[in-house]
Amino acid sequence: MKKWMCVVCGLIYDEAEGWPDDNIAPGTKWEDVPDDWECPDCGVGKEDFEMVEF
Amino acid sequence: MTAPIVIIGSGMAGFAVAREFRKLNTETPLLMITQDDGTSYSKPMLSTGFTKKKSADDLAMANAVAMSEQLNMSVRTRTVVDEINPSEKSLLIAEETLYYDKLVIATGAQVNSAPFLEGGSDKVCSINDLEDYRVFREKLEGKKSVAIIGTGLIGCEYANDLMAGGYDVHLIGPTSTVLETLLPLEASSCLKDALIASGATLHLNQMVISLEDDGDKVCIALASGDELTADLVISAIGLKPNTQLAAAAKIEVNRGIVCDRTLQTSEPDIYAIGDCAEVDGFVLLYVLPLMAGARALAQSLNANITQVSYGVMPVVVKTPVCSVVVLPPPTSEGTWSTESDGFSSTSLNKASDGSLLGFALTGDAISQKQALSKQVKGLHT
Repeated sequence: MKKWMCVVCGLIYDEAEGWPDDNIAPGTKWEDVPDDWECPDCGVGKEDFEMVEF
Repeated sequence: MTAPIVIIGSGMAGFAVAREFRKLNTETPLLMITQDDGTSYSKPMLSTGFTKKKSADDLAMANAVAMSEQLNMSVRTRTVVDEINPSEKSLLIAEETLYYDKLVIATGAQVNSAPFLEGGSDKVCSINDLEDYRVFREKLEGKKSVAIIGTGLIGCEYANDLMAGGYDVHLIGPTSTVLETLLPLEASSCLKDALIASGATLHLNQMVISLEDDGDKVCIALASGDELTADLVISAIGLKPNTQLAAAAKIEVNRGIVCDRTLQTSEPDIYAIGDCAEVDGFVLLYVLPLMAGARALAQSLNANITQVSYGVMPVVVKTPVCSVVVLPPPTSEGTWSTESDGFSSTSLNKASDGSLLGFALTGDAISQKQALSKQVKGLHT
């Protein structure tokens, strides 16, 4: 499971947790997140997320 | 030695250009010059510090040294560019002349001033960058009440955020409602009512005449003759693009630095991006236009001249008591119609032929953002 960070606002999308508020189930891989999903905090699209290691 | 691509400014625009350029080109030297300390942070997050329980330090994403390493870019902090000399392709920094191959002006915007701010009280803040935010949070220590002057996006976001932080909030504005320039009346009423229901005290149809220190407090005199006191004042009466450096170099300036769709200014090899730029006639002080601009400009800087294409770019107002998403219609030709239910409302702006030109959503209705966005034509698409 990987984590992706919004380079604009720093929001983290954690594949393990998904994003239930937008009906993205826990365990959803980044490539399976819908292409039109947007950062819930700042509104930018998936292309402005980068994979991060913790 | 090859002259570098020079970026003036270390806000979101400056870093976004550098980041996008490095995705295309890892070799060409980049130099960023900033009068700040070069910390990378997300400006939209400044007005959500209490809601997200983040201090100024928490909001700093990376310092200048880390950004320099990450982007393979030299960063000169606390450095002011005094002059641009387009004919020589050089910059003057105090006594030093520095040559650029291409120049990107990303100097952002500054907060508007007003006569009532001239007293110079240290209890009056305006917040336009992370450093301002740090000072604001320090001044807020031990305080209880904050008066916010300005009912635009920034004023409303801080009102909501400070209530989330447990402060008494007064919000003062010149019209009968909030977000008056962005929203149709019915939508703005939803936000207004939600702010009041959450405990904010609104002083609408009011102009501020003067601010005066009164011991530990500030006394705010209004045109109506009313007075109110607060521990701290935030001035949030709008932003204006920083165009002085460009104008002094005879680069064409209107509201912002005038750019075509390749973000080039009236001078070859000089570009502008972000809050300081007026791109194809649009001055848009938001994140989405900035990111679209950064991607196009990175291509152009890498010798692939590219026009920015502004799509459908709704503005999200971060007021959790009543979330707002608005896509302002590009002209005033359309007509608004609204359906509302409590704090939730859907306002559609349609042309006479029924086509959707813009929308404003509040409360639960914001879930329609993506569906409605797909029905609207973008500015360039």
